[in-house]
Amino acid sequence: MGIDLVLDPAFLQSVPRFLTPILLAALGGAICERAGVFNIALEGFILVGAFCAVLGSYFMGSEWWGAVAAMAGGVGMGLLFAEFSLRRKGDAIVVSIALNLFAAGLTVYLLRTIFGVSGAFRDSGIKGFSGIDIPLLRDIPVLGPLLNGQSILFYFAVFAALALQLFFARHRLGLRLRAAGENPAGLSAGGVDPQRVQLWALVLCGALCGLAGAQLSIANVNLFVENMSAGRGWIAVVAVLLTRGRPLYVLFIAVLFGFVDSLSFRIQGFGLPQQFTDVMPYLATLIALIVLSAWHKSKTA
Amino acid sequence: MDIDFRNQLLPCVSVFAWIFGILLVLMFVANAHFGEAISGFLNGAFGGRNLAYLLTTLSRATLIVGMALAVMISFRAGLFNIGGEGQLVIGGLAAALVGVYMPGPGWLVMATGIVAAMAAGGLWAVLAGVMQLYVGVPLLIGSLLLNYPARYLGSYLVGHPFRDVASGLPQTHLVPNEAWLPLFSGTRLDMGILFIALMSVLAVIYCNSTVPGYRARMNGLAPEFARASGLPVKRIVLQSLLMSGAIAGLVGALAVFGLHHRFTDGMLVQPLYAWTGIIAVLLVGMVPWAVPISGFFFAAIQTGAAGMERTADVPKEIGLIMQAVIILFVAGRISGVSLAGKSGENDNGH
Repeated sequence: MGIDLVLDPAFLQSVPRFLTPILLAALGGAICERAGVFNIALEGFILVGAFCAVLGSYFMGSEWWGAVAAMAGGVGMGLLFAEFSLRRKGDAIVVSIALNLFAAGLTVYLLRTIFGVSGAFRDSGIKGFSGIDIPLLRDIPVLGPLLNGQSILFYFAVFAALALQLFFARHRLGLRLRAAGENPAGLSAGGVDPQRVQLWALVLCGALCGLAGAQLSIANVNLFVENMSAGRGWIAVVAVLLTRGRPLYVLFIAVLFGFVDSLSFRIQGFGLPQQFTDVMPYLATLIALIVLSAWHKSKTA
Repeated sequence: MDIDFRNQLLPCVSVFAWIFGILLVLMFVANAHFGEAISGFLNGAFGGRNLAYLLTTLSRATLIVGMALAVMISFRAGLFNIGGEGQLVIGGLAAALVGVYMPGPGWLVMATGIVAAMAAGGLWAVLAGVMQLYVGVPLLIGSLLLNYPARYLGSYLVGHPFRDVASGLPQTHLVPNEAWLPLFSGTRLDMGILFIALMSVLAVIYCNSTVPGYRARMNGLAPEFARASGLPVKRIVLQSLLMSGAIAGLVGALAVFGLHHRFTDGMLVQPLYAWTGIIAVLLVGMVPWAVPISGFFFAAIQTGAAGMERTADVPKEIGLIMQAVIILFVAGRISGVSLAGKSGENDNGH
């Protein structure tokens, strides 16, 4: 065990698979956070994305359509959030809780009505993303197995983290988005409606969470299972909370969580009861939250 | 009158129209016969031979109202404890272990089981409070994340050390017959509902007529004012959470001694009792006397949806969707929801 385990190519290969959904969803959450939308419905957004990915991929016969459908589903959830939270002035937490339940119900309902199955839908008609082989990267030790041969969604997620960092720091729209969160009155004085900016934040967040779902259902595997998001949305919420929506930190946290996630997956082979390994990502999240909160508290006290 | 119509009646009508429209679309998707579905719903929620389904609704309402009361106690104190599920599971687990392994007369086993469940659930909730007060972890997230260790702990305990291997399922042995909650004669409804009825009355009294209940509400509506007036904020937080978790634990015990007579993995998680309790409280804006009504309402939606599935082949998840839709539409109208500490800004005790 020990270092061999961590440097094992199979293990390295699995880290990005686990971190991608969390990273994409957390970036979506980060956009909302910076725009001043308290969105804790990421879990539901991801779930709808995962379902729509399978829907699109199965009926259109291509994983790309799957990704498009996943984004559309996620955006749909974002629009619902906007309708009920921004326009109808619902409390963001209440709307989030309702949307999470809505997603859980709707995906199972459609699973049963459209595909006529309950529990899980697997079919050879579901096309999934396969790994991309990058010739030069392949031969680098450690980094090669870690970064090579992943789905396009992984590379996109890392790119999105870097792009968002620049977007928030430099771009006019990024600054506007931050202003919607930090100083909405100032923004509307400048002639921009903060709610409009928040609407766009929710749309972007929905698209990213949709892709997070696509990574789960048509990249990591080729099937949809009830409640497939399984708490990842909440882990993403914690990642947003810990980083206050700063994309590079989000990337770092996502790598950390992805690492723990795949480690827990990996040590399932060592005879530990499955529950011990299953709970590891949540415990890791909780511990990270406790440590960072305590650190933050001691700094500000 | 004209203005009244436009500002109050019209929004109401439009909300009902929306909800009804969504219901129709869902039924259309499922290719259901509308009349059959409606009669299936009514029968599933309120009918059945000898009103058997109505009793099922009452039994489910017992657990949902219990969870709603638990949640209400903390929400009113401004504590967004959404970890009811974990507290429920831990309580149910404690009850089942006492029920199965404690020797002695049945009534004593049950009483001990209920006390153990309330203590366990209460402490699980307090844990989230301690994390907020002394470490700065927002309660909303802390309480939620504690659901997962509780869930997996339960799953492990009944899957390995305390498993009834012969049953073939991840579950404990049966609690001995003598320790079961008695049934109302001639029915299959257990007396757990009496506990929850009593708890509802106590909750109304606590919220409306006692000093601690008033102080907790003050902390919920105006945390700054509560602190400035010198209220023992930390104690209010921990006390409220202890009560909230204890009620959730009680619900777990009632599910074990009344309904299932053992702890089966997932039995308290899958039916979403905790989440339904949360939305039942939100629906009525945390008004104590209305909570049992709204809990019953949601229980009826769930059993009615099951009835629809039986008669009209509409997946019962339509119930879950409609519950969520209702909450979405009332979200903007929920008044008195002061959710202090929701995003970690209210750091009690700094």
